[in-house]
Amino acid sequence: MSDAAIKAEDRKAGLEGIGCSRRRTEDARFIQGKGNYVDDVKMPGMLFGDFVRSPYGHARIKSIDISAALAVPGVKAVLTAADLKPLNLHYMPTLAGDVQAVLAEEKVLFQNQEVAFVIAEDRYIAADAAELVEVDYEDLPVLVDPFKSMDADAPVLREDLAGKTEGAHGARRHHNHIFTWEIGDKDGTDAVFDKAEVTVKELISYQRVHPSPLETCACVASMDKIKGELTVYGTFQAPHVVRTVASLLSTIPEHKIHVIAPDIGGGFGNKVGVYPGYVCAIVASIVLGVPVKWVEDRMENLSATAFARDYHMTAELAATRDGKITGLRAHVLADHGAFDACADPSKWPAGFFNICTGSYDIPTAHVAVDGVYTNKAPGGVAYRCSFRVTEAAYMIERAMDILAKKLGMDPAELRLKNFIQPQQFPYQSALGWEYDSGDYPTAMKKALEKTHYAALRDEQKERRAAFARGETRELMGIGVAFFTEIVGAGPTRNCDILGVGMFDSCEIRIHPTGAAIARLGTKSQGQGHETTYAQILATEIGIPANDIMIEEGNTDTAPYGLGTYGSRSTPVAGAAAARVGRKIRDKAKKIAAHLLEVGEDDLEFEVDRFKVKGLPEKAKTMKEIAWAAYNNLPQGMEPGLEAVDYYDPPNMTYPFGAYICVVDIDADTGVSKIRKFYALDDCGTRINPMIIEGQVHGGLTEAFAIAMGQEIVYDAAGNVMGASLMDFFVPTAVETPVWETDFTVTPSPHHPIGAKGVGESPNVGGVPAFSNAVNDAFAHLDITHIQMPHDHWRTWKVCERLGLTG
Amino acid sequence: MAKTQIALTINGRPVEALVEPRTLLIHFLREQQMLTGAHIGCETSHCGACTVDMDGRSVKSCTVFAVQADEAQITTVEGMAGADGTLHALQEGFAEMHGLQCGFCTPGMIMRAHRLLQENPDPSDSEIRMGISGNICRCTGYQNIVKAIRYAADKMTAAQKEAAE
Repeated sequence: MSDAAIKAEDRKAGLEGIGCSRRRTEDARFIQGKGNYVDDVKMPGMLFGDFVRSPYGHARIKSIDISAALAVPGVKAVLTAADLKPLNLHYMPTLAGDVQAVLAEEKVLFQNQEVAFVIAEDRYIAADAAELVEVDYEDLPVLVDPFKSMDADAPVLREDLAGKTEGAHGARRHHNHIFTWEIGDKDGTDAVFDKAEVTVKELISYQRVHPSPLETCACVASMDKIKGELTVYGTFQAPHVVRTVASLLSTIPEHKIHVIAPDIGGGFGNKVGVYPGYVCAIVASIVLGVPVKWVEDRMENLSATAFARDYHMTAELAATRDGKITGLRAHVLADHGAFDACADPSKWPAGFFNICTGSYDIPTAHVAVDGVYTNKAPGGVAYRCSFRVTEAAYMIERAMDILAKKLGMDPAELRLKNFIQPQQFPYQSALGWEYDSGDYPTAMKKALEKTHYAALRDEQKERRAAFARGETRELMGIGVAFFTEIVGAGPTRNCDILGVGMFDSCEIRIHPTGAAIARLGTKSQGQGHETTYAQILATEIGIPANDIMIEEGNTDTAPYGLGTYGSRSTPVAGAAAARVGRKIRDKAKKIAAHLLEVGEDDLEFEVDRFKVKGLPEKAKTMKEIAWAAYNNLPQGMEPGLEAVDYYDPPNMTYPFGAYICVVDIDADTGVSKIRKFYALDDCGTRINPMIIEGQVHGGLTEAFAIAMGQEIVYDAAGNVMGASLMDFFVPTAVETPVWETDFTVTPSPHHPIGAKGVGESPNVGGVPAFSNAVNDAFAHLDITHIQMPHDHWRTWKVCERLGLTG
Repeated sequence: MAKTQIALTINGRPVEALVEPRTLLIHFLREQQMLTGAHIGCETSHCGACTVDMDGRSVKSCTVFAVQADEAQITTVEGMAGADGTLHALQEGFAEMHGLQCGFCTPGMIMRAHRLLQENPDPSDSEIRMGISGNICRCTGYQNIVKAIRYAADKMTAAQKEAAE
């Protein structure tokens, strides 16, 4: 059978393009132990660095004695702030416009803060010697409660900011105040609340948690003094930005810095920022002239690099008696720790928290966020969510349930009554966003039907009656959550990181045989980019995905991009991939017209070829066109078949979903069991359903962990309690529920292929679904809101307080 | 520090080496034997990323000293595929059922599943979940890992039946 005779449908299937559950190309190396993660990188003469960390939450450093450490055989150097200060590297800029100490100079501000960096021949010697560094501390009053940060007598944490009444985001009104960020119509909102028929108000806290990817943060820095070139392998979600920052800090020209992010063992936001370990490894390599590796251990990871959340949100809703919401008012106290190292676009100190009107048509709203310093680790990263979006979704979705309870309405009914309607898109929210597309009622109704929601409510009623009669000791809760995310940062007019606009990029070279290599500015940490980007390109260009190799992470070869976080890879770099494909197709069409001796207008594209309209046997496949691109071109055309695209998105994308969770709680022990979890996601066009489902499973599992147990707690003395996997809840296969996934498809109107991004949706929607389920188990009793995490102990305490325990 | 000589078998290959008494098996495998498949996720034996098979048991090699592996038979993920490169049923299952994302837990997970299927060739889903509960995955939510192990169990059982017939 001739190639032309193979049906277009079969040829399309052969491409394994958009919509195909293509198996992952990256798996071959991972299942055989041949991945290449940072700790696998070995270089001749490589040394190993380890930190001396502060045992105190807040203390003055009186002296540091490194002599005993230096005397250990195999120790090459010990760096302290005194070494970095002459290089002006004892502080580094943060993404949030603050500075962070690389090595503590006069004070330590959180437990496990970096104080000295020991470099030795191997990690055992480095750890031994770190123990021998003698630091004399004078302890200072510790501030751990953010609600006391701005008390008149609160201890002064940041002496380096003394006298600075202006921060990166406006006026500072207290020595522990970082910023106030306000948005919306304050007077209008106050007026709505003044005349509201019904209002609710609740402090909804989202506890401090940590992304805790299985691979901790690490780097290998290697300075070649002869060439004046620095190579850094690192766990970088945004390698290009790291290169720019490294150049600005070190004054090494950017083209002489080679930043490479190899395979990354999960990121979830933890690997966006720049950490003292990277700076110290680079400085050590420059000083010593040999490669230096730094790998944090798990306790360091949980206690020193990039926590998430710690948002204390006072939410108010105003509504009519029949449940139409008229206004939202919120105040957030944001605990940023000792340095404002929040990973947000520069102009957004509270991220995109103003998505907190959620999926509802709320006409008037006002939000204010106060960021404060405490004696805790810095961070505030988006842990598997877009910037502060999971906090926003949690607040509105809890507030909706609280309002439903007050109105005596079913939570699903209240949501259906207030949804933004399909015909309202593009929708301007009261807090400034333009939602691109959505069909919320269809998604919600599908979820209610699939879970037999009405029957679940009937069962709950019966079970409550049975509980009252003493026939069961279990409480049944049904959690409903409907979320709208805002991802794909973002338009360069309002999104940048340290001044670099948040575009992204794709470059492709098609070789003479029709096989290709494409490089992008993002960086997969497990999302399967090597598989899915090839699918987009396969569909757009018409060459099989298997013939397209995808590369990311090497800043020498990949086009500049802002990296992977905030579900931005598909919305931004994925769009660049689609557009690069279209650029290739434009040139290919000209070549095809030349080869077929017809005009371009006489051609149409079909799957993998251009054919002459009305003469389907007269066609040139992309493979043939690729060959011709190197030897038989129209007069005056440049040889070759390659293209690059830098994509500046016109808007964010707005994935959404409806999640329903059923939980059974033992009133005597507080032990909860997730009986059912149904997740409907709408991420627009679906590129690889298998990978989408995998992303949803993973995100739901992280949501489960956060809602049901994760917390980084500090005691009053500033000791971080629970910075190990013994204490910090990371679910195993035994605790993890079974997930049911579903979908609707509402394409994004502004994205070239209509895709919206999905990786973080399940975390954003999952946390309120679990929390609402636990709260719902007690909704018939005298309780309005139970703070997360809903671990068994806390849940038992609620049962005890309500007199339910046996 | 004075070194101790050990002799062991790794993936069927006899190995003799000098190690410090305090050297952990994971560091010996990764740094001295260049077998970087097993990973370090916690160093406190919670996460299981460093799981290897030692004398017919799953061990977390971050809490075993290399000297304890003297005279031991060790299998790591690098020893799972056939000599001709044919993938083990578990490796095939993980790829086929999308049982991995970032891949960091995968070598430990595969080695644990390998031993689990030796102990129980036809486990139920809940037995699989219990069987891998010493191994943490942060990406997949385990559902597809369970399917991957089920896939391998079915394939291995079918192959054994065929061999017996």
